[in-house]
Amino acid sequence: MLRGLFKLTWIEIKIFLREPLGAFGTIGIPVLVFLGAGRVVGRRLPPAALSASTFIGVGLPVLASVLIAVSAVVSLVTIISIYREGGILKRLRATPLRPQTILTAHVIVKLLLTAATLALMVLAGKRYYPVGIHVPLLGFTIALVISTCSILSIGFLIASIVPTARFAQPISVVIMYPMIAVSGLVVPVDSLPPVLQAVAKVVPLTYTVSLLEGIWKGDPWRAHTGDIAALAAVFIVCTALSTRVFRWE
Amino acid sequence: MHPVIQVSALRKTYGSAVAVDEVSFEVNDGEIFGLIGPNGAGKTTTLECIEGLRRPDRGKITVLGLDPFHDLYKLQERIGVQLQQAQLQKRIKVWEAVDLWASLYKKNAMDGERLLEQLGLIEKRNAWFMTLSGGQKQRLFIALALINNPEVVFLDELTTGLDPQARRAIWELVRGIRERGKTVFLTTHLMEEAERLCDRVAIIEHGRIIDIDTPENLVSRHCPERTVVLATDDRTAGERFRTIPRVEAVICSDSQFTIRGRSDDLVTEVIHCLSENRIRVTDFRTILPNLEDVFLKLTGHSIRD
Repeated sequence: MLRGLFKLTWIEIKIFLREPLGAFGTIGIPVLVFLGAGRVVGRRLPPAALSASTFIGVGLPVLASVLIAVSAVVSLVTIISIYREGGILKRLRATPLRPQTILTAHVIVKLLLTAATLALMVLAGKRYYPVGIHVPLLGFTIALVISTCSILSIGFLIASIVPTARFAQPISVVIMYPMIAVSGLVVPVDSLPPVLQAVAKVVPLTYTVSLLEGIWKGDPWRAHTGDIAALAAVFIVCTALSTRVFRWE
Repeated sequence: MHPVIQVSALRKTYGSAVAVDEVSFEVNDGEIFGLIGPNGAGKTTTLECIEGLRRPDRGKITVLGLDPFHDLYKLQERIGVQLQQAQLQKRIKVWEAVDLWASLYKKNAMDGERLLEQLGLIEKRNAWFMTLSGGQKQRLFIALALINNPEVVFLDELTTGLDPQARRAIWELVRGIRERGKTVFLTTHLMEEAERLCDRVAIIEHGRIIDIDTPENLVSRHCPERTVVLATDDRTAGERFRTIPRVEAVICSDSQFTIRGRSDDLVTEVIHCLSENRIRVTDFRTILPNLEDVFLKLTGHSIRD
């Protein structure tokens, strides 16, 4: 079955790259936007102010990571629903392929694309960052993989039940983007009204942001065991639920 | 000959609508078995229950000794499936699809390149799925159905939407599948297809099987009438024709005679009568009933209605 997963993943990557605007739209545009933003901000502020700004130092990389992961969810949901509507899932069902394998293949594709986008951003954005910032890149990467898997598992669940391709995008946007608002990414969770703070507690993205920011700033892993546990729980629950409710047609 | 598929008292409903009910039949090893009926008669539902894609409400199904619903993954290793209205990824290449499918099965797959060659797709191996014609897509789906060297092949409305030439080419391919010793189970609403291709057919309407037999037996059981149409200027011909044994009707208009009877020997008898009485004919043809007529007789309406 591993052979099938590998083949499917590889073919999906190739198919994705054949889409008009596929590679450029997903990888090129975020990098360009990032560069543009870096240029504008970088010109206005002297380097000293930059290193002091937590937004550029911590906020921007985390924001970029989360946004890319969320857009990966939206595109995962869209692809699966297009496959369902087109009868592709149905055809795949009549083979020994399991639904988990199909979802896993798409998740791997999204993970690789997310990684490629972020790597390009880091490379391209190097000149706008103050030299000497010590970012634990390996740790951050691991944190990012954990976070992305968890966020994508929410995508699984939406993808498993969303009725038609037409609804896929709006539904996933409506579910995912409000999560960003309360996740602590825009406004710190502590300064939210009490009701929204309670909401933030149950939103998985809050733990993602907390984990990513913490690791980026150099926190030790043990300071974030709670975040990791929450993200793992989200992953397990969403994955288990989605294989149960997965609809082939 | 032993049955590879056994269906007994199958029932499947969607909400309050009964899709199929009391459906029972057996498919023998190495035959091409056709389930024929109009659209919405329950063909695809029956097929998908046998393939394990749908769970029957009642009834028992055995395929190669396995229960399709509970031993689905085991069964899928041994069957090949072509689905109605299935699609692949728009930009997947022909060879990639074959390669992917080959990797999904535990046992050793067939040589994909040879399969593409046999199906006349080799020059399309690098083409995207979305650029293929209807006939080419169906041939690719046949390739995918054969890639795991299955014992039973299921084909659902294989030639719907194809032009007559592509259709004939596909029929040839299906006969080829049988010659490799595989059992073929197909559905169609084309009577000509069933007649030319199937060793045995089951006629289904409103979710129930009406009759099962070889096309020839069905025709001779339900539509034993034979008709000869001929043209002659001989004025005595009409009387002579009426003396032929078991002739039921002789209709004459101008110089054209239509002779109807129920005997298999009717054509021979007419020819015999012509030569004995030295009747000179300028036209001679026979009208034999086919499955289309059987369907009309059994259901009271044409399959296209």
